[in-house]
Amino acid sequence: MPKITYITSSGVEHVVDADSGISAMQAAVSHRVPGIDGDCGGVAACGTCHVWVDPSWLDRVGPARPGIESEMLALTDGRTPCSRLACQIELADAHDGLLLQMPTDQH
Amino acid sequence: MNAAVKPPQNHVERARTMPLADIDVSDITLYQQDALAPYFERLRREAPVHWCKNSLYGGYWSITRYHDIVAIDTNHKQFSSDHTNGSFVLDDTTLNAVEGGIAMPNFLGMDPPTHDDHRMAVSPIMAPANLLRFESLIRSRTKDLFDSLPLGQTFNWVEQVSIPLTTMMLATLLDFPFEDRARLTRWSDIVTTRPGYGLVDSWEQRTAELMDCLGYFQTLREQRQKLPPKADLISMLAHSPAMQGMTPTDFLGMLVLLIVGGNDTTRSSMSGSAMAAHLYPDEFAKAKADPALLASLVPEVIRWQTPIAHMRRTAIEDVEFRGQQIKKGDKVVMWYLSGNRDETVIERPDDFIADRANARRHLSFGFGIHRCLGNRLAEMQIKVLWEEMLGRYSKIEVVDAPLRVPSNLIHGYLDIQTRLHA
Repeated sequence: MPKITYITSSGVEHVVDADSGISAMQAAVSHRVPGIDGDCGGVAACGTCHVWVDPSWLDRVGPARPGIESEMLALTDGRTPCSRLACQIELADAHDGLLLQMPTDQH
Repeated sequence: MNAAVKPPQNHVERARTMPLADIDVSDITLYQQDALAPYFERLRREAPVHWCKNSLYGGYWSITRYHDIVAIDTNHKQFSSDHTNGSFVLDDTTLNAVEGGIAMPNFLGMDPPTHDDHRMAVSPIMAPANLLRFESLIRSRTKDLFDSLPLGQTFNWVEQVSIPLTTMMLATLLDFPFEDRARLTRWSDIVTTRPGYGLVDSWEQRTAELMDCLGYFQTLREQRQKLPPKADLISMLAHSPAMQGMTPTDFLGMLVLLIVGGNDTTRSSMSGSAMAAHLYPDEFAKAKADPALLASLVPEVIRWQTPIAHMRRTAIEDVEFRGQQIKKGDKVVMWYLSGNRDETVIERPDDFIADRANARRHLSFGFGIHRCLGNRLAEMQIKVLWEEMLGRYSKIEVVDAPLRVPSNLIHGYLDIQTRLHA
């Protein structure tokens, strides 16, 4: 069970014991982390689970994939090379300690 | 007592027995009678990817199941929105120069990369700082409006609540001269109509009014160009580097998208709010007792109403989809109104349930790159509306059968005779 830390735009940390195999969006929504909406249910189709992966984690998590994830991120506020849709990050034990920063608002 | 709206009995029978191939869910009389449910139910069950050969708009495919709609909506590489391939609404005359219609291209009718450039020119209007600024304005306007409404007398909710609130909002987004704002409502209405549906008598009249709209906004844009950039849509368009080469046709296209998208949609959700409050008094009472339910009630209103009945795509190559052969050039219609009633995805889909689990999982905003740009603002407007409805009244009663918009696109109301109870 990896421990994932979601950090809100005002700096509040929400630490979640997530199940391996689910997405970082599902882990946040099921633990009621405010700031991750996940309106489309996890198919990279709404852009409401935008997170910035902590740079120290980026090589392990990987950058946004080409196709719909990148296309949706292009339309969000504040896209950076660390931007991912949390629904496209499948969690594994190796993600224990992962830090995900959240934007002010999800569209 | 909670009671789902029952479609007219003759339609239940007709939908069940008529040949599948003859079903035409674009028939506007079905929308006027609120009779779509049994037809969509049959299509979802027996022909979820359905070809209608003859309609006012020619042949078209209907996509009626929730997950199939998501699949089409996120596959813009095969199912194009681009105006050069077709349109994003079933009726080509709405935005293209066919029959009597005129060309009004806009980014909802564009594929990437042009889509992204145009969308990004106006999307900052929905930035968190602007939404925060709008919230207090929306609240004071909503309070003032409800202060002026009579108790115990009947009035038309659409005219007295839905239209004024959404038109004021649109005027603010555009920084449009407030005294002229009724013109926005009129322009919004005529974009999505044809002659013969009670709004315009001829194509020439529609074109002339749309040209008035263009002229009015061209003057506004010229004025804004001379002023420093501000956070309103016209100023954004006037100053955006990507928008400098806009032709009058492109400018009109952008305007009608902003006007219809920012007006007709939330107007219908506000009208649907009165209907939901009337038809589901137990749910109204539940939310009145626990305002925290607004978090699920707001998306639930938007799902239950589904203010945009459909969006359309055009296949740009031959595609096999769920066993059906969709041909290049075919019109493919995603019926959000049906997907939001898909009983395999949404429990008791016909019912309005204030504390519905997963209420945010609905199709009303669309999915993929064309997802609604103003969704958060729309939710804020509906939230504030319901705060006032729940805070002030014990019951909102609709006293007569409502009159519905004659459209298979705008799923809304013209007249809802309403009585408020203290």
